[in-house]
Amino acid sequence: MAEAVDYKQIGSRPVRPDGVDKVTGRARFGADLILPNMVFGKVLRSPHAHARIKSVDVSGALAMSGVVAAISGSDFPGGIAGGEVAGEGGGTIDDVAKNVMARDKVLYHGHAVAAVAATSPAIAQAALDAIKVEYEVLTPVLDVVAAMAEDSPLVDENLYTNLPEKPDAPSNVANVGHLERGNVEEGFEQADVIVEREYHVPMAHQGYIEPHACVASIDETGRGTVWLSTQGHFEARAATANILGRDIADLKFVASEIGGGFGGKTVVYLEPLAVLLSEKANRPVKMQMTREEVFRATGPTSGTVTRIKLGVKNDGTITAAQAWTAFEAGAFAGAPVMPGIMAIYAPYDLENFVVDAYDVLVNKPKVAAYRAPGAPQTMHAMECAIDEAALEIGMDPLDIRMKNAADEGTTAPYGPKFPAIGFKACLEAAKNHPNYQKPVPEGAGRGVSAGFWFNIGMQSSAEININENGSVMVIEGSPDIGGSRASMALMAAETLGVDYENVRAQVGDTESTGFCNVTGGSRTTFATGMAVTQACEDVIAECKKRAAKLWGVDDDQVEWTDGSAVPGPGVNADVKPMTLAELAGSAAKTGGPIQGRASVNAQGAGASFSINFADIAVDRETGKVDVLSYTAIQDAGTAIHPAYVEGQMQGGAAQGVGWALNEEYIFNDDGVMENPGFLDYRIPVASDLPMIATEIVEVPNPSHPYGVRGVGETPIVAPLAACGNAVSRALGQRMTDLPLSPPTILAALED
Amino acid sequence: MAKVVLPDSFLPYTGGMREFDIAAETYRDLEAELRARWPGLSEMLEKTAVAIDGQIYQDALLEPIGPESEVFFMARIEGG
Repeated sequence: MAEAVDYKQIGSRPVRPDGVDKVTGRARFGADLILPNMVFGKVLRSPHAHARIKSVDVSGALAMSGVVAAISGSDFPGGIAGGEVAGEGGGTIDDVAKNVMARDKVLYHGHAVAAVAATSPAIAQAALDAIKVEYEVLTPVLDVVAAMAEDSPLVDENLYTNLPEKPDAPSNVANVGHLERGNVEEGFEQADVIVEREYHVPMAHQGYIEPHACVASIDETGRGTVWLSTQGHFEARAATANILGRDIADLKFVASEIGGGFGGKTVVYLEPLAVLLSEKANRPVKMQMTREEVFRATGPTSGTVTRIKLGVKNDGTITAAQAWTAFEAGAFAGAPVMPGIMAIYAPYDLENFVVDAYDVLVNKPKVAAYRAPGAPQTMHAMECAIDEAALEIGMDPLDIRMKNAADEGTTAPYGPKFPAIGFKACLEAAKNHPNYQKPVPEGAGRGVSAGFWFNIGMQSSAEININENGSVMVIEGSPDIGGSRASMALMAAETLGVDYENVRAQVGDTESTGFCNVTGGSRTTFATGMAVTQACEDVIAECKKRAAKLWGVDDDQVEWTDGSAVPGPGVNADVKPMTLAELAGSAAKTGGPIQGRASVNAQGAGASFSINFADIAVDRETGKVDVLSYTAIQDAGTAIHPAYVEGQMQGGAAQGVGWALNEEYIFNDDGVMENPGFLDYRIPVASDLPMIATEIVEVPNPSHPYGVRGVGETPIVAPLAACGNAVSRALGQRMTDLPLSPPTILAALED
Repeated sequence: MAKVVLPDSFLPYTGGMREFDIAAETYRDLEAELRARWPGLSEMLEKTAVAIDGQIYQDALLEPIGPESEVFFMARIEGG
């Protein structure tokens, strides 16, 4: 269905069901579980960014009182066959295994080398000092462009660029990507104005507040349970089992409440270590990262260098676009180059373009997915180039985007034609927004940018159990990061025709519900919501059968209206409708408890577009920037719970503003991150941001029963260039390097 | 005949052929034909998403293809 309709439950804003537990501290996160006889695991991490491991000796640790287990790379099976793991940056399972625990080489500062379990965290920490590791220190590869040179030191001597014909020599370039259409040379010849720059976006962390944590309790047969903070316990179970060479059926994974993930908790770090330590110790093992470990050893997103050239006519028509981009992959292949280059031109209907991309290994942490992986980096360059071109031809930045905007039927840069999309609706909403119609404050600049993400479907399962009083239990397997339990309950209530208050939703473990892919890619409300909706339809079909039995009529003579079985045409007029509660109360007489279930591999997730604009003032003396106002407009499809949609838009904007203005990994010449804490790696705090204004544009996705598109990825894409363009306009000079922190601003002003 | 468009990453395996028409009733038929024509593509096909008439599928095995369909292959997308 594609038509916007008036719903009874969908579109309302009930209080989130997990809210009270979270604000009172009752909610259990990854590190909150305590089990009898539990011990504590700690990880020894590499002091070098690049070194060959000559030997690891854990005997000193094992000899200490209170130490119950110790492991290193030799305890893991090697050469694991298997495909890609979840998420952009996931890489192969063999790479994930080597990232979890180094084998022959350490590839970044903080790479795990050994782990211990002991009866107290203090003893475990002390035991790390008793582990002897001999290294042969190697030159670290730290600059993404220098790493591409033929004479660069190699991160992996066995890596050859992934091409149809194996190259003659190994390289730090793991993969290449290329898209093109038309003839860019002819396009540039048609242009009245050509802008050309090189843009730099730094490596940044997802910045989730809850560090990685888990508890593993494995018995002597190798079977057991892992409680963990994750975006996907089914895929975490699969990765852990594959890394250790186990059967997934022997491991039960239970997702805790999660304090943020943003893509960074789609992969495993501690879980295989905890399972192995627990098995060796024959005791439950808790492992919990420090903030420093989170920064040094878990999923940043790629830093990038992007060169872009844009040709524009005086009427705003983009005649040609050409881009070259290099992504830092970290220590293993798998930077999000393909989504980056598929997204870079996506909002626009272009006749001539080309983009080349490179996935480049450097001795930094292995990248992991981060909201809309790859799109913020590449689209930052494109959206800044459009802004510069708009200034040169004297055109409003929304107008130039509207002039070139993609619409239904436009051939996307990555091939297919767009179905109904909401980009033009976002542009119109921006143009009419009160914040855009206000004059730009004195001394400030206004920056505009578009955002885009594909959105995905993938596999989800859901079960519905109707309690004996007619209340509804929804069980599904997507960890709730952004309020999905409330959204699932709303869709269930809408489908069944009951009140939201009668529905409870919970996230089942890997043994209590069917498979679900990770909560990521903006897929959960779309795909798991589709499974929940279909499971509710299964319940309705069963309820109609039960009513038909009670009334002595055929199933197809029963209709379902407003949460009740209603006699259809031809049924005796004395027959009265039966509510869900009445049907549930009589279920024992008609065949037992009423259940519904559904599993889907959801297709047809609709692309989501956005427009953001910001007014930013710059203090030319100190280089400090102040975000005076920020407005985020996004096509979300139908907003199931508008407050959560607005929350996703605000959260993504806050993260994107942080990345644009302050966040960056700062490495010294030895490849050691110098700012591994929130004091020096500065994410925005409340006082750094104005209230972020939001406007949801609802262009329903025709492929979803309620028109859902997916929300969570797109909001982080536009802020980088919105801030970059605002600061550039405020200063009257083009700013090409993020973050736009005081040192960057002052250096630019001095130039 | 459905129109099939291949991405650049496929071209080294197809001798540079990017577009062609094909008679196929389902994606399974199409994939079988591609594997038969260009065996080197098999591994790529396992890692690829496909758009049929604008609808993007990560797993399209059973999807129908009409005589006027447009089929584009592209990189799989997941997200964070």
